[in-house]
Amino acid sequence: MTRRLIAVALALGLPAIGMAGEYDLTVDRVKIDTGDFVKEGIGYNGSSPGPTLRFKEGEDVVINVTNNLKETTSIHWHGLILPFEQDGVPGISFPGIQPGETFTYRFPVVQAGTYWYHSHSGFQEPNGAYGAIIIEPEGREPFRYDREYVVQLTDKHPHSGDRIMRNLKSSPDYYNRQQQTVMDFFTESREQGFMATLRDRRMWGQMRMMKADIEDVQGFTGLINGKGPEQNWTGLFKPGERVRLRFINSSAMTYFDIRIPGLKMTVVQADGNNVQPVNVDEFRIGVAETYDVIVHIRDEQAYTIFAESMGRSGYARGTLAPREGMVAEVPELRKAPMLTMADMAGHMDHGDMDHGSMNHGGMDHGNMSDGAMDHSNMNHGSMNHGSMDHGSMNHDSMSQGGMDHSAHGAGMPEDPFYASGSGLLPTASNGGKFLSYSDLRAQSPLYEEREPTREIEMRLTGNMERYEWSINGVKYEDADPVVLQYGERVRFKFVNETMMTHPMHLHGMWSILDVGAGKWNPIKHVISVAPATTVYMETEVDAPGEWAFHCHLSYHAAAGMFRKIVVEGGPDEEVASGDAQAKGGDA
Amino acid sequence: MRTCNPWLARISALTLMGPAVVLADEAIDANSVNAFWGVSAEKFEYRYSDSDEKLAVIESDAWYGSDELKFRWQFTGEWEEAHNAWETLENQFLAQTPISEFWDAKAGIRIDTPEGPDRVYGVIGLTGLAPYWFEIDTNLYVSDEGDASVDFEAEYELLITNYWIVSATFETLLAFSEDREIGVGKGINSTEMGLRLSYDLIDRSFSPYVGVVHERKYGDTADFARASGGGTEDWFAVVGARLAF
Ligand SMILES: [Cu+2]
Repeated sequence: MTRRLIAVALALGLPAIGMAGEYDLTVDRVKIDTGDFVKEGIGYNGSSPGPTLRFKEGEDVVINVTNNLKETTSIHWHGLILPFEQDGVPGISFPGIQPGETFTYRFPVVQAGTYWYHSHSGFQEPNGAYGAIIIEPEGREPFRYDREYVVQLTDKHPHSGDRIMRNLKSSPDYYNRQQQTVMDFFTESREQGFMATLRDRRMWGQMRMMKADIEDVQGFTGLINGKGPEQNWTGLFKPGERVRLRFINSSAMTYFDIRIPGLKMTVVQADGNNVQPVNVDEFRIGVAETYDVIVHIRDEQAYTIFAESMGRSGYARGTLAPREGMVAEVPELRKAPMLTMADMAGHMDHGDMDHGSMNHGGMDHGNMSDGAMDHSNMNHGSMNHGSMDHGSMNHDSMSQGGMDHSAHGAGMPEDPFYASGSGLLPTASNGGKFLSYSDLRAQSPLYEEREPTREIEMRLTGNMERYEWSINGVKYEDADPVVLQYGERVRFKFVNETMMTHPMHLHGMWSILDVGAGKWNPIKHVISVAPATTVYMETEVDAPGEWAFHCHLSYHAAAGMFRKIVVEGGPDEEVASGDAQAKGGDA
Repeated sequence: MRTCNPWLARISALTLMGPAVVLADEAIDANSVNAFWGVSAEKFEYRYSDSDEKLAVIESDAWYGSDELKFRWQFTGEWEEAHNAWETLENQFLAQTPISEFWDAKAGIRIDTPEGPDRVYGVIGLTGLAPYWFEIDTNLYVSDEGDASVDFEAEYELLITNYWIVSATFETLLAFSEDREIGVGKGINSTEMGLRLSYDLIDRSFSPYVGVVHERKYGDTADFARASGGGTEDWFAVVGARLAF
């Protein structure tokens, strides 16, 4: 929209409104000290994270990036709407920045909000090459605050990105230290009965799947603005102030559940776009997502910003305090969730499954208070898992078949963005409100609502045992680009057939997440898709060129969950071909 | 000053389209990783038998390749202290490719050069993960003497905790014909069962362990062993480490 306005302004011969801001970034080898370990890494202007870039909506920016590494680098401006050759994806947008070379990015800033930048080369981003972007809006913001902080999270690992990828390929559970043990078996047997526990193990064992398969890479230290839990990044405030926190998840692999015990958070922006304010106690931030929240702090005391990894294997911690050095209690990590059969839906063909013979009698609904539904008491012994064929499961027919999850009642929350009965369904630690995608509504719609011109199905696929990740069963190297036509409105259907959550990121164009709110559907740049769910998003195809589309988990993208998107046509094509003809005429 | 007019930028983008097309192949290299490698030693141990036999045993594996095709070098060696000699010295060079979700097929050659006569074998095999997490490896060998044999290995890991792991192994060798020169009789030759308790000390790179191994020879193979003054059944105490780089 804004871009169109600028175009219109230019067409009318109005004076250029943009001011030009010039920025210099160097890409350097740096030392990263997490408090737990010190590691060689990659940073910008000598530090990791790099400097926070502040742009103003409407300005034209010039960013000179000098590569001081011995390898090729690149910077991708995550979430920014810009000409494709400024997008910074080597091999798609441009060739990359060679060692010693300075590459100049130039693009108009046509949006406002919280974004970030990172390397799109190899595993430089997990190794530390990331930073924050704040864009001041041209107009007034629909919310008030007295001060603001960037809260940029990452999952810094003692191993280099290359090493992690190699280890995952050698043994996909290399970093998983939350697997079920013999001890767990005994504990569970006591609680749920020996036979039930045995059946549960047998069922998962038969499928060669793990209930603990939630986080591929554990063993990291969670950082906030480059500081580990012990180093305790602190943001100061004066009692009575409203503080805007710009949360950015720059992790390679880690989803975080964020809370600030003692404070309600008002979510005002998601992925840089204003949303109708929602008050929450806790929210989950997918990899590469951003959320802006405002906290109104009345008391003169310290508050802990606690960001627990989704699999509860690690955390990042910071503090909001009236004075430097004040700390608040740091909560304990909660118990690690386990996947359930519901999260495995993509792996099952329920055609063969006789729901009638499932023994629901053993399921203790009364005990299901923590939101994590436990199927282990279900008699799956009579389910024929051996002949399960994957991918054709239908949740609706499942509930008709007598497995009615909605009836599990007892205060168990339902959320369309998680499979019914999913082990991943989050709950707030204080029993309060946990943000769901369903709560997000655009503050003001960016696009007029219209019917999509077509639907493209993207099945998110993989083989965990081999650590292979793909889309529609095809890895990037074997896939043809997805071709879109300029001017289309495409509806994407994401069907997650794996047992992992994938944050899907489309470059260059907005992802309009379908939460069923019509023109109020929120506009995002990352859409997180939980296991065994189907999520829709729509895209106004308004950016010609070649773009990347991929899972933002670094090692999933590198293993093949990646596509090139080609947008054909567009107003420039005539101009360009006219240009070419003119040149041809000259010759 | 440069006004970054989006139209101008896009026109310049289109003039870049030529190179962008040339880049198509490079894109694959830039955005996904296709080749990996790994080196590990599943067994690196010392064995003491109840009959005072002392053996150093290595079973190692190095591989390089893609999801579709891997090249492996597997080395197995048993050094017998009393004879100051390699009782087993085996190198396998294999190509391996997936044939189903959990199974790989492999083919290659095996070269045996222990003390005594050498043998070269053609190998085809199957390796993968069976239901209930049993790791299986089985091979058919045909030697340069024309003798065929099959081996079968299964391993199961039991997690006491996420760091203390008990692994149970079972190996057996079955020959379709006799190769007296190297002490192989027709039928089931031998079985080896092991139980090892390990602790992941450094990641999964260095996991020291202790354990017990039971070896038994059967039929003609046992007779050959007796004839050459060896035992047919042994219990070993083992100490060693699992290594991975
Ligand atoms: Cu993924």
